[in-house]
Amino acid sequence: MAFESLSERLQESLKKIRGQATLTEENMDEMLREIRLALLEADVNFQVVKEFIANTKEKALGQDVLGSLKPGQVVVKIVHDELVELLGTSVSELNLSKTPTVIMMVGLQGSGKTTTSGKIAKLLVNKYSKKPLLVAADIYRPAAVDQLKTLGQQLDIPVFEKGTDISAEQIVSEAMNYAYANHHDVVLIDTAGRLHIDEPLMQELQNIKGIVNPSEILLVVDALTGQDIVNVAQSFNDHLGITGAVLTKLDGDSRGGGALSVRHITHVPIKFIGTGEKLDAIDLFYPDRMADRILGMGDVVSLVEKVQDVYDEKDTMKTFQKMQQGTFGLDDMLDQMHQVRKLGPLSGILKMIPGMPKMPEINDEDTDKKLKMTESIIYSMTKEERRNPDILNAKRKERIAKGCGRSVADVNRLIKQFEASRQMMKQMGNLDPVTGMPTQKPKQNMTFNPYRKKERHKKKKKK
Amino acid sequence: MGFFSKIKEAIVGNSAKQNEKYVAGLDKSGSSLSSKINELAARYREIDDDYFEELENILIMSDVGVSMVMTIVDEIKKEVRLQNIKDPQMINDIIVDKMFVIYANDSYMTTKINYDDNDLTVILMVGVNGAGKTTTIAKLAHMMKQEGKSVMVAAGDTFRAGAIDQLAVWADRLGIECIKGKEGGDPSSVVFDALNQAKEKNVDVLICDTAGRLQNKVNLMNELEKMNRIIKRVVPAGPQETLLVVDATTGQNGISQAQEFSKITDITGIVLTKMDGTAKGGIVLSIKDKLNIPVKFIGLGESMDDLQEFDLEQYIYGLCKNLME
Repeated sequence: MAFESLSERLQESLKKIRGQATLTEENMDEMLREIRLALLEADVNFQVVKEFIANTKEKALGQDVLGSLKPGQVVVKIVHDELVELLGTSVSELNLSKTPTVIMMVGLQGSGKTTTSGKIAKLLVNKYSKKPLLVAADIYRPAAVDQLKTLGQQLDIPVFEKGTDISAEQIVSEAMNYAYANHHDVVLIDTAGRLHIDEPLMQELQNIKGIVNPSEILLVVDALTGQDIVNVAQSFNDHLGITGAVLTKLDGDSRGGGALSVRHITHVPIKFIGTGEKLDAIDLFYPDRMADRILGMGDVVSLVEKVQDVYDEKDTMKTFQKMQQGTFGLDDMLDQMHQVRKLGPLSGILKMIPGMPKMPEINDEDTDKKLKMTESIIYSMTKEERRNPDILNAKRKERIAKGCGRSVADVNRLIKQFEASRQMMKQMGNLDPVTGMPTQKPKQNMTFNPYRKKERHKKKKKK
Repeated sequence: MGFFSKIKEAIVGNSAKQNEKYVAGLDKSGSSLSSKINELAARYREIDDDYFEELENILIMSDVGVSMVMTIVDEIKKEVRLQNIKDPQMINDIIVDKMFVIYANDSYMTTKINYDDNDLTVILMVGVNGAGKTTTIAKLAHMMKQEGKSVMVAAGDTFRAGAIDQLAVWADRLGIECIKGKEGGDPSSVVFDALNQAKEKNVDVLICDTAGRLQNKVNLMNELEKMNRIIKRVVPAGPQETLLVVDATTGQNGISQAQEFSKITDITGIVLTKMDGTAKGGIVLSIKDKLNIPVKFIGLGESMDDLQEFDLEQYIYGLCKNLME
């Protein structure tokens, strides 16, 4: 997750005043210096940092430390509020009111415009049920048109291209006609990467803007960018009047302080974040969640939404029924594991849980390896064995071990693990899978269930 | 400053034409840094703590990195105290001098490609997504061709849509051979094919493109390791050069990039791209300081001859042009 280093750093500096009774100018100064350094190291622009520190200081010094609160808590709250304010207080979605809505993607070379165009197009189809048209207006970089065409094929979304021999202006005006004729309600224009100081190319963008009258001009910004991001954002904004920004490559280990700078300089919202190379690795930008994450407060909301996104309700119900009937088998367990896997790497999930960021690093490779091992063992069983592991005897186990290239001990360990989870499920089997409440007709063998309360809690959060 | 005048001399000694492009490319970034320092000098009558804080900020704005800036400023403070300098105009020389010394740091620096006379020279290009690897390969191949070498390129980026075509178009323009695999295929197999063909056809240099990868993606880094292994199998001394391509706009993450890539392969140099923008690429100072990886080339534009050997003297000259006049 991006920002983790920033949050670690802040936690460290806040710890220093945690034991102190009052907020004095002195103890504040040291902490503010730490915050300043942390923000600078996170590539937040220097000017932005300066103002941020000044604001925080002003607010903190004027603040009474109320009753039972510790001064540290007060400061955390102030810093948090400041961050949220800086990042924008609300989520900003695309403005799709016009038909056709025209979206222009602009940015420096290599910031990720084409990939982001593909991701947004996919989102438009899946989430907004739109019929987008991708327009390849990058006539400069070799094979840029091919790149967009390939993405279009993968997504099954039409790409309008006219090669590289005619001007970008002409391409977009023809594309607009094409969009009208074919009833596309969103037109996504992928422009060539350019330096913000390249006047002829900036002029080209202005021309395109004049032709298509876009409702959105999104500046694509690489999260790895350093201080220079303010010049880039400023210049693009001055030339074009951008309506939003997309922060890409946030799946790297950069601290992404650029998000703060872009907001501060242009005052436009950050609309999306890019979180991976695959075409569904795009997210809306939630300022409060980002601020939470910066401060190491965890991010439960994102986690729950992620769970909702990947969980197949029907599958889950089926598994639940199986649990209730006591026919939960090994292949069902594997299904469950795969569903959890879909949430992404385990370390990433844990980081979203409050209080977890301080946990030791989880080695994603190891968990992956374990899952693979479990997979290979289960796949080496017959269907009958998977459904009913009770029939496994020494001879069968030996065969399975040979089949998957593991030892019998590994097989035994898996079965033991499975038995434990089945035991747990039997106890939970009497809960209604939707509400997490006991069903109307409790089974006879209902016993005291130590997990029940916890389970109910979890379900509620899922809602 | 004796050291500084030496730089000046070296540059003045060069033909003006050779400098022109370099300085032009660095002009915007250079003028903003040095004009700011000049401005600073003009604003302050004497050198005090405020002066140093401003100086710190200016360097931070160039992406040099906080801890590195502290080192530089501390050194300058020491020097100022030692020589008892009070006039801000005098300090300029010291600033440039110190930056030079810290970068050079008694290490061996070369911007020459380490050609292998007896075997195929293999160059592996690595870097994060969108740093400019493929474009740099084209420029590098062009440069080598002009030196009279026979060059072949391997399209090892089988992941990103259109990446293979991109390199193929460049190879076509340059009139060199490009070994391609299938999109989505194993990049190691492309590299393997290319190695064998390059040996068979007796070319001098093989440049291998790789897919952009963020340095925290374990699997992709493992893939890189595999490519490295395969190169070693065919060319034991290879890859003679592994160049990390770093975008000049990169901030503090550049250090992490250099660090993580170094763990997997022996990075022999950095190519600093997109230096024709306003970004100053100050992060290379920190990278050199922490990991001792020198910059070999800088990219100054999108056409194939926009690659220059990195010249520290000229780099600093470009950054501090205004200070010298």
